[in-house]
Amino acid sequence: MKRFLVLTVGLLLLSLGSWIGWKTISRAQNRRLVLTGSSTIAPLAVEIGRRFEALHPGLRVDVQTGGSSRGIADARRGIADIGMASRRLKTSEKELLVHTIARDGICMVLHAGNPVSSLSDSQIVGIYTGKIQNWKEVGGKDAAIFVLNKAEGRGTLEVFLKFFGLENPSIHADAIVGDNEQGIKTIAGNPNAIGYLSIGTAEYDQKHGVPIKLLPSHAVQASTETLAAGTFPISRPLNLVTKGVPSGIAKTFIEFCQAKDVHDLIKAHYFVPATR
Amino acid sequence: MTSLRPTTSSPPRADVFLVFALRALAVVASGIVLLILVFLLLESAPALEGIGLTRFFSDASWHPLSDRFNMMPMVFASLAITFGAILAAIPLGIGSALFCRYYAPPKLASLYRALLQLLAGIPSVVYGFWALVVLVPVLFPSLLAGIVILSLMILPTVALIADASLAQIPLEYSHGSAALGLGRWSMIRGVLLPSARRGLVTAILLGLARAIGETMAVLMVCGNVVQFPKSLTDPVRTLTANIALEMSYAGDLHRSALFVSGLLLMGLVVLLVAIAEGLSRGKIYA
Amino acid sequence: MPEPSSIQKSAIRKRGQVGERLATLCVWAVALLVSLVFFWILIDLFLGGVRHLSLSFLFEAPRDAGRAGGIAPILVASLEIVAVCMLVALPIGIGTAVWLAEYAGDRNRLGRLVRRSLDVLASVPSIVFGLFGSAFFCLQLGLGFSILAGGLTLACMVLPIFIRTAEEGFRAVPQAYRLGAASLGISRTSTLFRILIPSALPALSAGFVLGVGRALAETAALIFTSGYVSRMPESLLDSGRAMSVHIYDLAMNVPGGNDNAFATALVLLLLLLLINASFAWISQHHLSHGASQS
Repeated sequence: MKRFLVLTVGLLLLSLGSWIGWKTISRAQNRRLVLTGSSTIAPLAVEIGRRFEALHPGLRVDVQTGGSSRGIADARRGIADIGMASRRLKTSEKELLVHTIARDGICMVLHAGNPVSSLSDSQIVGIYTGKIQNWKEVGGKDAAIFVLNKAEGRGTLEVFLKFFGLENPSIHADAIVGDNEQGIKTIAGNPNAIGYLSIGTAEYDQKHGVPIKLLPSHAVQASTETLAAGTFPISRPLNLVTKGVPSGIAKTFIEFCQAKDVHDLIKAHYFVPATR
Repeated sequence: MTSLRPTTSSPPRADVFLVFALRALAVVASGIVLLILVFLLLESAPALEGIGLTRFFSDASWHPLSDRFNMMPMVFASLAITFGAILAAIPLGIGSALFCRYYAPPKLASLYRALLQLLAGIPSVVYGFWALVVLVPVLFPSLLAGIVILSLMILPTVALIADASLAQIPLEYSHGSAALGLGRWSMIRGVLLPSARRGLVTAILLGLARAIGETMAVLMVCGNVVQFPKSLTDPVRTLTANIALEMSYAGDLHRSALFVSGLLLMGLVVLLVAIAEGLSRGKIYA
Repeated sequence: MPEPSSIQKSAIRKRGQVGERLATLCVWAVALLVSLVFFWILIDLFLGGVRHLSLSFLFEAPRDAGRAGGIAPILVASLEIVAVCMLVALPIGIGTAVWLAEYAGDRNRLGRLVRRSLDVLASVPSIVFGLFGSAFFCLQLGLGFSILAGGLTLACMVLPIFIRTAEEGFRAVPQAYRLGAASLGISRTSTLFRILIPSALPALSAGFVLGVGRALAETAALIFTSGYVSRMPESLLDSGRAMSVHIYDLAMNVPGGNDNAFATALVLLLLLLLINASFAWISQHHLSHGASQS
């Protein structure tokens, strides 16, 4: 009986102790910076975070993907220190502070084997609203168009809708994808697919041998060069957002993200560093 | 069981403590379900208040950011995939059980059973991945692809439970019918299947419950377009896939609406299992 | 020589025989079809994975979003999640099982309530556990995306399965053991720790193995609780990517990620196979010797 009591109490204390221990250790030794939001920014933030951690030992930068709206909501509710949003803020979100770190564009993406080499804005609207259903109607081969749309809450979707003056409910899609990479993977696996994606992500994957093709918009080539020159029509800021003026490590991190030291990382992800 | 009930002498103090501690643990374990329910309700309260129950049925479509919250296409898709999958899994699953019990030589039967057990343990994400690589290039992301992979996934469950319920039929039944000179199939059809009916229905209902709650494979192969499918080759989004796809991207009412769909899902599954339990009047889990 | 009346009989028998043959054919065809499809899946996974599987795959960190490198941090995170899950589920599960088997008779109202709610818990879809875990462990308890939150969520999921198996094990302990202990004046506490738990050990380990298998296979409940971070976890409060989540991410979100997804799937399957085999071993070598079957 005694042994049982000792055992139980011991176990309880042990678990309680280790629990508190973990909590304090992880709080004290590793101060953490939590970023959530846009899947477009996330890969870049991970790389910047790594470099930041190397400069600041004992500090961890945790990046969780979740879409722009989520990043904004998390920053607002204080779940994340910094939210990531790959679009401009809406008026209802203006109480948050915006720190632009880079610019990105959105372009239409096809499979590399698709003979269609450009689409006008009205053709794109036609395809997405279901008025154009076959590639031969826009000069391609005789095959049904496989339309990819993004799931609700993604910044890319909102920028796309805004640029083409579309309402999401009027879009007829054949598949809904979450992240940019999922879109690219789907297009790379389907010669008749069309989707819209972050130029950065698409260019990165294209240069790494993924069989996709970026379409020009308004006769401007979709690339980071035209984006940097400011000529590509569909562009958006990549923002970090904070609730109130950032302080402490959040402030240091944001300044680091906007500094020249990370321009190589931004370019490596095929984004354009923000000009200040 | 009444084995350790108090006798005449008063129990030692440690024993009182023990019983108290054990009961406390049991209450904790059973409280989890309540906790889940409470949190689902808490989180879905803003949507139930702000949107109202009826709009989940009557809105024009599911576009939470455009303030449209109709879940019916997803409920329909969930049900369509589930019933499609169970329709395919019933003959295959019960056939497999019959094979194990009455047709295969004992060695082969135990091998086959081991295969089924192995398959029942394969993670759904692995099934989904395989389907993504093998089925989707042929069938495209569609209702059909979802039905095919889901029927494969619930087949082992159905087969194993059916097999177990066949095993419980008293031997006299088969001996009796063998003595009457009945052939194997007439025996199965006339005697064995009817007497195992309850167990078979349980197998099917549990297969249904598993299918309706399945997330990853369906998310990976169904295309996730919210719509009432017009044909088997149309893409659809199920309730489960909807949560997985939008949850981490959702805020405010949208997020709350996803909890409502979680609540709905839980209700559906619990109903199915309650029916299964009522029918089998016994333990149905491992 | 057939008698006139038996002509009819033999016709019936003949028709019966055709039915019999057809049924036999169908059943064998079903078994063959099912085996073929599943061997197709298994062979696909094996061939797809084995090419990229090596020791370094197990000991390296993933690079280039998982296209290259290995799965070391993911393995570690998975094991930590499962460890948290089982560490929490075991004591609660054993306690509940003992109480249900030894103290809560079939007529005990609380006992029936507990059983009923465990049945409901067992049927809750895993994605709903994910929702709950994210609302309760991550937000309410402030654990955030962490291995701890994921493990606790899985513990809730695994509990009913483990309790079922354990309860059966305790019920199968021969009554004579308890009576003997009682007549020797051994306290119930000692009876529990010295007699009941040791005799139910095979069933407990079977339940344990079952729970580990279930926890390792889970994906949907982990996406919102333990998260996507693929770095080596440093504490239980770090986010950690489980193997199943890694497979999902590689399959869906990484162009060119299929190879490593195959390899990860194969590692996961081998782990599960190992667990299954030990389960089979336990039930063959221990459960059959007098105790029970799960």
